Amino acid sequence: MSDIELLPKEGQLARKNQPELVEELTTLNLGPTHPATHGIFQNILQMDGEKIVSAEQTVGYIHRAFEKIAERRPFYQITTLTDRMNYCSSPINNFGWHMTVEKLLGIEVPKRAQYIRVIMMELARIADHLICNGILGVDSGAFSGFLYLMQKREEIYEIYEEMCGARLTTNMGRVGGMERDLSMTAIRKIKDLLNSLPPVLREFEELFNRNRIFMDRTIGVGAISAERALSYGFTGPNLRAAGVDYDVRVMNPYSSYEDFEFDIPIGQHGDTYDRFMVRGEEMWQSIRIIEQAMNNLPEGPWYADAPEYYLPPKEEVYRNMEALIYHFKIVMGEIDAPAGEVYHSVEGGNGELGFYLISDGGRAPYRLHFRRPCFIYYQAFPEMIKGQTISDAIITMSSLNVIAGELDA
Amino acid sequence: MKPIKMVEPPAGHSGAGFFATSFDQVIGMARSYSLWPLPFATSCCGIEFMATMGAHYDIARFGAERPSFSPRQADLLLVMGTIAKKMGPVLKQVYIQMAEPRWVVAVGACASSGGIFDTYSVLQGIDRIIPVDVYVPGCPPRPEQIIEGLMQVQELARNESLRRRNTPEYQELLASYNIQ
Amino acid sequence: MLNNKDVAEHIAEKFEGKVGEFEQPFDLLTFTASREIIIPLLTYLKEHPQYKIDFLTDITGIHYPDATGREFVVVYHLHSLINNFRVRIKVPLSKDDIHVPTATELYASANWMERETYDFFGIIFDGHPNLIRILNIEEMDYFPLRKEYPVEDATRRDKIDALFGR
Repeated sequence: MSDIELLPKEGQLARKNQPELVEELTTLNLGPTHPATHGIFQNILQMDGEKIVSAEQTVGYIHRAFEKIAERRPFYQITTLTDRMNYCSSPINNFGWHMTVEKLLGIEVPKRAQYIRVIMMELARIADHLICNGILGVDSGAFSGFLYLMQKREEIYEIYEEMCGARLTTNMGRVGGMERDLSMTAIRKIKDLLNSLPPVLREFEELFNRNRIFMDRTIGVGAISAERALSYGFTGPNLRAAGVDYDVRVMNPYSSYEDFEFDIPIGQHGDTYDRFMVRGEEMWQSIRIIEQAMNNLPEGPWYADAPEYYLPPKEEVYRNMEALIYHFKIVMGEIDAPAGEVYHSVEGGNGELGFYLISDGGRAPYRLHFRRPCFIYYQAFPEMIKGQTISDAIITMSSLNVIAGELDA
Repeated sequence: MKPIKMVEPPAGHSGAGFFATSFDQVIGMARSYSLWPLPFATSCCGIEFMATMGAHYDIARFGAERPSFSPRQADLLLVMGTIAKKMGPVLKQVYIQMAEPRWVVAVGACASSGGIFDTYSVLQGIDRIIPVDVYVPGCPPRPEQIIEGLMQVQELARNESLRRRNTPEYQELLASYNIQ
Repeated sequence: MLNNKDVAEHIAEKFEGKVGEFEQPFDLLTFTASREIIIPLLTYLKEHPQYKIDFLTDITGIHYPDATGREFVVVYHLHSLINNFRVRIKVPLSKDDIHVPTATELYASANWMERETYDFFGIIFDGHPNLIRILNIEEMDYFPLRKEYPVEDATRRDKIDALFGR
């Protein structure tokens, strides 16, 4: 015991006559392929032991040039591109794009189609938050919660299949409404989901919300204040966790959201626990919206009366000359859109997803820009993890719900 | 009771308490039922892989129980999603670090041929930089298709000769991609 | 409640001569501002006690190859969360002098937005802390979203136009 003494500096134990340790920072490369990142982006961390001093980010590993491709495609072909941005909640992207084009063309979508769109968008929001919270559990070591939630996501996939035929990249709906009405199977599946989802969510919450280990792991981790979050352009659940109740569905309502009654959960500290809780609570609010929409579903057509832009029903095409001509013109892409510029935004799973469309009167946009929430708030990541350990950095990254498709577009 | 179907043993000679067959068959069988995947998930196909890994379409039944994120401990490289030109060298590094025998599955249209992204920034198919064994088409492919792709790799693994990785043809194949 | 007309008149009066072309496509107040006053204008809107237009929604660029003298346009979308008021400001630039001052001191989110605009169009933001390419590979030597470049990779050999009948 004689040659060990506590040095005055931060309680380090050392032997006497120990040569001075040279301190230098370690550089650690986190990514681009890493089990904990939801996609590929790279963070080069400078660390002092386990504490992170600074981080440098490289993104663009999945840059697919959506904006350039969009300058060549007619409007209905761009929907497939919007699917692949935030691919965990594709219907929201699809309908956001359709609404932008409808705004440009001046098409009024009937109420029934708007309600069906709301149901699909809220299902997509639930699906997105299921993945985010499930993977946050996996990244902090708890795998079973994720398996329970993926089962519910499978059921949501089945509803998508009823509506549009695809599971993940849905390409749902059309400019002017929906492509088909809610079938009996879809209504039954939605009602079954509304009954079976709450117990699973409650079980998941019981596992996580007051779990000592999870709370110690996430409270105070990756916190950001409301002012910094606003300066960094945060929107969506990440901003609401910091305390600002900005939700595009309330501020600029679209597609009949003003008919529904729902709360906006907000957090206080903007840390990982708050983001987790905000997403969990938003799922409950989405269930509430879907219930209201299902109970008050209005009758009527599910598409707008816009024969120039919406494909006529197939029976008409075989019998009616005008329908045949419109069908031909729409499919061959000979319908021009009016010139104009429009910006429309929807509340995506991660925040305000904006579409800035400039049309010069041709059949394809002149310039299309996506305001992608993930790209904008991911800049704040180095500031959020400064001074924390690497395991905190992993958890913060998971809770931000950065989806690579939306990051790079 | 439904009749239980017993799996066919490989061709060999059996007797009281022993079963003799060739190394090829046994090792092929062992390899094919224990392929450890490396999920190289970049985009939407990765989410379908997560669904395949989930409880509904369980990929663990096929032996892919332990997804490894370290290439040194994986047999099967599942490339799921678009590979951009920026990502190409990274993918090649991961492939080089894998030990033989290794198989590569290109899951999805983007990994097979660039998919719908015929742009300046997307690699038009990963077979430009690494040799691929199985292509699974789809955008994204359904989990059943991904499992079919895995089963085809199992076929390949079961029937592969033990000397294949040392043959001059294979070495030539790797040399054509500049992989030593 | 703010409305487009009052705000437009006030801004036209305050920054006389440097702003113009006020219009409201689809009810969104849009106007152009010259490069010299864009940062004072953004600062003024952010600190104005009543307007409080303090949220930067987006920065992007547009390329008009035919409009001589104004080939590039930088577009700022701003939003006032308190008043629920949006505004769009455009700064036209000529292709011989593609410089515009950076907004990163005002809004931290402008950092990557400007890098993306630089990456796609080559618009240089003076004073930006780290203006390098963000989405494309660093070795790329052209600005892909300019209208003269095609979307396909120019060096690919198999999917050539002859095969597609072009």
